[in-house]
Amino acid sequence: MDHPTFVQHAVLLSLVLFGLGTLGVFLRRNVITVLMSIELMLNGANLAFVAFSRAAGTLDGQVLVFFVMVVAAAEAAVGLAIVIALHRHKDTLDVDAFGVMKG
Amino acid sequence: MLDLTLIDRTLPFAILILPLAGFIVLALLGDWIKRDGESAGAGYLACATVLTAFGLAVWATLRLYGYVAGPEGLRFTQATLGWPPLAPLELRDPLNWIDLGGFRVPWSVLVDPLSCVMMLVVTGIGSLIHVYSLGYMAHDEDRVRFFSYLNLFTFFMLLLVLGGNLPLLFIGWEGVGLCSYLLIGFWYKKESASAAGLKAFVVNRIGDVGLILGMVYIFHAFGSLDLVDIADNAGALAPEALWQWGPVTIACLLVFVGAIGKSAQIPLHVWLPDAMEGPTPVSALIHAATMVTAGVYLVARLAPLYHQSETAMLVVAVVGAVTALMAGTIAIVQTDIKRVLAYSTVSQLGFMFLAAGMGAFGVAIFHLYTHAFFKALLFLGSGSVIHAMSGEQDMRKMGGLRKKVPWTFWTFLIGTLAIAGIPPLAGFHSKDEILLSALHHPLLFGIALFTALLTAAYMARLLFLTFFGEFRGGHETEHHVHESPGSMIAPLVLLALGSIGAGFLKIDLVVQPVFRLPEAHLPPVTWLPFVATLTGVVGILIAWYLYLSMPELRASLARPLRPALRVFGAKYFFDEVYDGFVRHAVVGGSDRLLWRSVDARLIDGAVNRVADLTRSLARTLRPVQTGFVRHYALLVLAGAVAVVSYLLASAGRP
Repeated sequence: MDHPTFVQHAVLLSLVLFGLGTLGVFLRRNVITVLMSIELMLNGANLAFVAFSRAAGTLDGQVLVFFVMVVAAAEAAVGLAIVIALHRHKDTLDVDAFGVMKG
Repeated sequence: MLDLTLIDRTLPFAILILPLAGFIVLALLGDWIKRDGESAGAGYLACATVLTAFGLAVWATLRLYGYVAGPEGLRFTQATLGWPPLAPLELRDPLNWIDLGGFRVPWSVLVDPLSCVMMLVVTGIGSLIHVYSLGYMAHDEDRVRFFSYLNLFTFFMLLLVLGGNLPLLFIGWEGVGLCSYLLIGFWYKKESASAAGLKAFVVNRIGDVGLILGMVYIFHAFGSLDLVDIADNAGALAPEALWQWGPVTIACLLVFVGAIGKSAQIPLHVWLPDAMEGPTPVSALIHAATMVTAGVYLVARLAPLYHQSETAMLVVAVVGAVTALMAGTIAIVQTDIKRVLAYSTVSQLGFMFLAAGMGAFGVAIFHLYTHAFFKALLFLGSGSVIHAMSGEQDMRKMGGLRKKVPWTFWTFLIGTLAIAGIPPLAGFHSKDEILLSALHHPLLFGIALFTALLTAAYMARLLFLTFFGEFRGGHETEHHVHESPGSMIAPLVLLALGSIGAGFLKIDLVVQPVFRLPEAHLPPVTWLPFVATLTGVVGILIAWYLYLSMPELRASLARPLRPALRVFGAKYFFDEVYDGFVRHAVVGGSDRLLWRSVDARLIDGAVNRVADLTRSLARTLRPVQTGFVRHYALLVLAGAVAVVSYLLASAGRP
């Protein structure tokens, strides 16, 4: 199981997930989709953590993953609440519609 | 430690609490007391608390000596008075006020011969002056406020003399300063009165800074601020020779700055003559008999410390002697009856410091004690005169009052003879001791002797101008002249009796053990009492010739002496110098340098430049904020890529 290529595969997969997430953040205009893409990026990072943790034989990476999950859950809760508030305010979910902070 | 009963532990606290309770009641219930315009009750309450405190003080003193005598009871004899060690009547497990590591300040009181003397003077003279105020302030509508301040003052003064450590003493010290301020400015609608109060307060602050620094220094040297600790351990310190600036000398001099401020010694004496703006009983109680002697008490209290520093002792003696002489010369040309007495007080306080500086701390306290009697008597007498003169204080408009106010005249005469040092009155005994203590220092002895002559002369001048000759005031006033009521005469008579007899109780021997110094009793010099008496008589005779017998001689004498008299009349220009310094140097410097240059240009300029910089920077950077969320995300990504690239690039290198 602990074949050297295992880590390579896992990291490759995490890179793909992270890249997909990044693309989603930048290309999608719907706020909810952007949020979901961020989750994808986080999970890509999680996968890399777990893979390296396994390869190094320590628990540090796995502990960190739990933290990331907890923070991600909190972030989703807060993020969705903000999305609802935004929707009530502007009646749209287009990211580019929220530009009042323009300098 | 002595075996103390409950009474012993409670008594000092009861003495302290009584006037405070009087103050609180008067302060809170004042409006209720004068609800129908009748406020005499306030005076009776104030008198009652102080009189009771006096009774308790006598009791406490008797108990203190009772312990010395042993189980057979109280014995107040010469043998017990000479009894050596200090007996601190201190609460065994005192409540702590401050407890910070090694710094511990308990609520403790110290009852020893020295604080007993002070306590008796404060409550004894204080009660007489309270009673006197009943009559003197009878026509004042603000009597409740007056008596509440007077009670508060008594409390703080007792705290000052009973406090078992320097911080407690300092609370009392500041408290009496506050009451002094409040009472000088009692007639606050009079501008000169409130200005005088302010002056007293500000000048005293200068001294208090010295006292605080001195306390810090003492704590640094001893690790304790307890008065008994200091007295016990001072002897172990290395004595410091003349002009050797060791810690003891610095501590003593700093504390002495505080004493100078409170006891109105040169150069911080300027507030006391102005303090005469207050009601006369206040002048008698605070600015003659008790508060101004706090500096002498403080120096005597720290006598073991001062004894270790020759420099400090010399400074104390010289400041005392110079003050005595200068104030004496000023007193001789003043025309306001109370100002003569004020400068006389400054001068007598100088005598006390001279004695302390000569190592005769007991004698300083002895003079403090006798001075309290005759100076309170003189002030109250002058108050009676002012009362009779319908508020006139200028002696040039008085004269011939001898027949009209006989009680005031006779008691005033006794006071004058006492301060002039005519035997066997009180002033003779203590002044004789002071001269004796200064005998080994010819210059200071000469100054002291000459000042004694001046004292007799200016007091006799005051007496002759006021009570002898023809009446020089207006008809209206003359018609009004009347003897004061009984509540004012009775304290005068009692104080006169005290001025006659007080000198026979040798207070210097009573308090000597407190100082922990080797027995410094000098052998009496046979010729000295005669010289001292002769000086007093000559001073009185000079005044007699100049003011009663041959007034034309005075005019011919005044011409050649005019420059000197001008300097005396202008009080050595102290006020002018301070005024010039404060107004031109301090106010001018603040205005031109600190305000216009430093504050307006430098500080405001710096703040404005920073604001301008921020604003222009913001103008440049503002377009970055496009308002598009994805632009921000892109920047974040770019940043992340940059950081990761850097990390990857530098990974291989050490």
